[in-house]
Amino acid sequence: MLEIKNLQAKAGEKQILNGISLTVNAGEVHAIMGPNGSGKSTLAQVLAGHPAYEVTGGEVRFEGQDLLDMEPEERAQAGVFLAFQYPVEIAGVSNAYFLRAAYNEIQKARGKEEMDPIDFLDLVEEKLKLVEWGPEIMSRAVNHGFSGGEKKRNEILQMAVLEPKLAILDETDSGLDIDALRIVANGVNKLRRPDNATIVVTHYQRLLNYIVPDHVHVLAGGRIVKSGGKELALELEAKGYEWLTEEAVTA
Amino acid sequence: MTTTYLKDIETVARNGGAKAPWLEALRRQGAERFAATGFPTTRDEDWRFNTLAPLTQAEFQLAPADLGGVTAADVAPFLYAIPGVRTLVFVNGRYAPALSSPGEVPAGVTVRNLAAALGAQHPALEAHLGRYAEPGKGGFTALNTAFVKDGLFVHVEKNVDAGAPIHAVFLSDGKVGNAASHPRSLIVVERGARVAVLESYVGPAGGTYFTNAVTEAVVGDNAHLEHLKIQRESELASHVGTTHIHQGRDSRVTSFAISLGAAFGRNNLDINLDGENIESQMLGLYMGRGRQELDNHTNLLHAHPNCGTREVYKGILDDRAHGIFNGKIYVTPLAQKTDAKQTNRALLLSDTARIDTKPQLEIFADDVKCTHGATVGNLDQLAGFYLQSRGIGGALGRKILVYAFAAEILEEIPYESVRQGLEALVMARLDERGEG
Repeated sequence: MLEIKNLQAKAGEKQILNGISLTVNAGEVHAIMGPNGSGKSTLAQVLAGHPAYEVTGGEVRFEGQDLLDMEPEERAQAGVFLAFQYPVEIAGVSNAYFLRAAYNEIQKARGKEEMDPIDFLDLVEEKLKLVEWGPEIMSRAVNHGFSGGEKKRNEILQMAVLEPKLAILDETDSGLDIDALRIVANGVNKLRRPDNATIVVTHYQRLLNYIVPDHVHVLAGGRIVKSGGKELALELEAKGYEWLTEEAVTA
Repeated sequence: MTTTYLKDIETVARNGGAKAPWLEALRRQGAERFAATGFPTTRDEDWRFNTLAPLTQAEFQLAPADLGGVTAADVAPFLYAIPGVRTLVFVNGRYAPALSSPGEVPAGVTVRNLAAALGAQHPALEAHLGRYAEPGKGGFTALNTAFVKDGLFVHVEKNVDAGAPIHAVFLSDGKVGNAASHPRSLIVVERGARVAVLESYVGPAGGTYFTNAVTEAVVGDNAHLEHLKIQRESELASHVGTTHIHQGRDSRVTSFAISLGAAFGRNNLDINLDGENIESQMLGLYMGRGRQELDNHTNLLHAHPNCGTREVYKGILDDRAHGIFNGKIYVTPLAQKTDAKQTNRALLLSDTARIDTKPQLEIFADDVKCTHGATVGNLDQLAGFYLQSRGIGGALGRKILVYAFAAEILEEIPYESVRQGLEALVMARLDERGEG
């Protein structure tokens, strides 16, 4: 589904990604872990097309298409979804309006029919259960005045409605209490299907108790320094990141 | 061209001279001042950004009274379904009882048109009318004062809550070209009282008239005023509106100024914080397109200690529209512990739109907190990326971002129907833009 080859990127003058290669197949969950500044959030944002980063080398193919050549909205329309670490507040625009606009833009891009507000609310009603919310959240402005936990739940709600092929969760666990973490993780698990894939970017092993990955990759200095199965996350929890980052330096 | 106005002033004085000597004197003072100074020019510091000539060189004659041609259907688009709202409609500056629904008011509250209140010699009139908006302050106020005749009059006795808002709709019918009206309103909120007043200035598309409005509001100690001014004039009309608010100690005022219409639209908002522990909020939104020139001049006088003001004005300018924001905050040596925060943000949607913005802080006390920030720019890039990441790009993404920019002001309006009505207007404007 996703094939990253030797990806390099910088923000301003600062080189952050130094050659990342990674293959994600349908049905898989990959965890990207690493210390602060290792480039894991940058990788997530580069895949979604964040304008703050400039790709300086390598290539990314998503279902055979050149992902890096696509506008961010085209990537979303093709089925890439980024759950933001810091979801943006949009005053005055209701969740209902925003989500339906997003849903319809994606439908339109795929040559499918747009949905009217009534039918759309029916669709959303089902999805709301996934994040244990009532319909009143739909009339609130997008993330405006939401708590940290509510913002993350809203990201998962959007993901549930838009049904991406590839979901990238960027530190979705940061700042969540245990209840919110459970709700968010539960939502993600229920959305798992054999034909979609998930990349979970996280600093802590905690989230991976709930969302169990097939593969774990450790980033340091903008490179993948170690890959393994889910047991690698537990090893990191016990030993920290230092033994790997030192290995990376001496290697 | 001041001569047309002077002729009209003479005619008014000859025909319907005021009964009360104090009113006669007030009008004369306005007339004399206007004859002496005329209109301001761009050589005046307060008017240097403006394009004044089309207004001040044109010949505007006093608008004729409504001859009955205006119907409820003409007014309906400018009304809001606020529960219990009391609506007074004025056509070409004169009260139109057939179009109004003033309803019942609680004891201790007077809501009338000014002409009727003058006829009934309400005692608050002589005490307050013309005391705050001094005719000497500028040609437009002087001219309005010379024509004092009708407008909204609200009086709330001490410790009385006036309840549901009062909405004054000043409609110009635009049937006669180059007609001028000079609505004059007075709002008196006595000690501990509370009232909410909306003023709408409106007219039919294509109308080429001139509205020169003055409103004075005096807010007593510990009293509350909520004031919304909604300017939806014809986009070919001229509008100069001056609002003077005089606040006593411990009083609270929230002022909204929403400007969507007028070829030339100028709001002057003067607030005199004349007591301790006053809090005021001033919120504004202006949205210009075509060649509209929309100007907000606000002037806050912090004269006593421990007062706080928050001012947020936002503008959206498209095509060749021209926005002006001048925010003056004057802090006297006595006004220690003043906390004044001013923000002006403008969004330019085209390369030819422009904004002149000027914060003007004059601070003569040493223990104060005064901040101002002005940003002129394009759309929020981060929010734009967020929309894109959800599949929303291009024109729709831009529309949502502009709308959100405006909605930040509108969502503070405490009346759902007004908020929704204005949000729909903003959205319709953005839809009309199409791809930009």
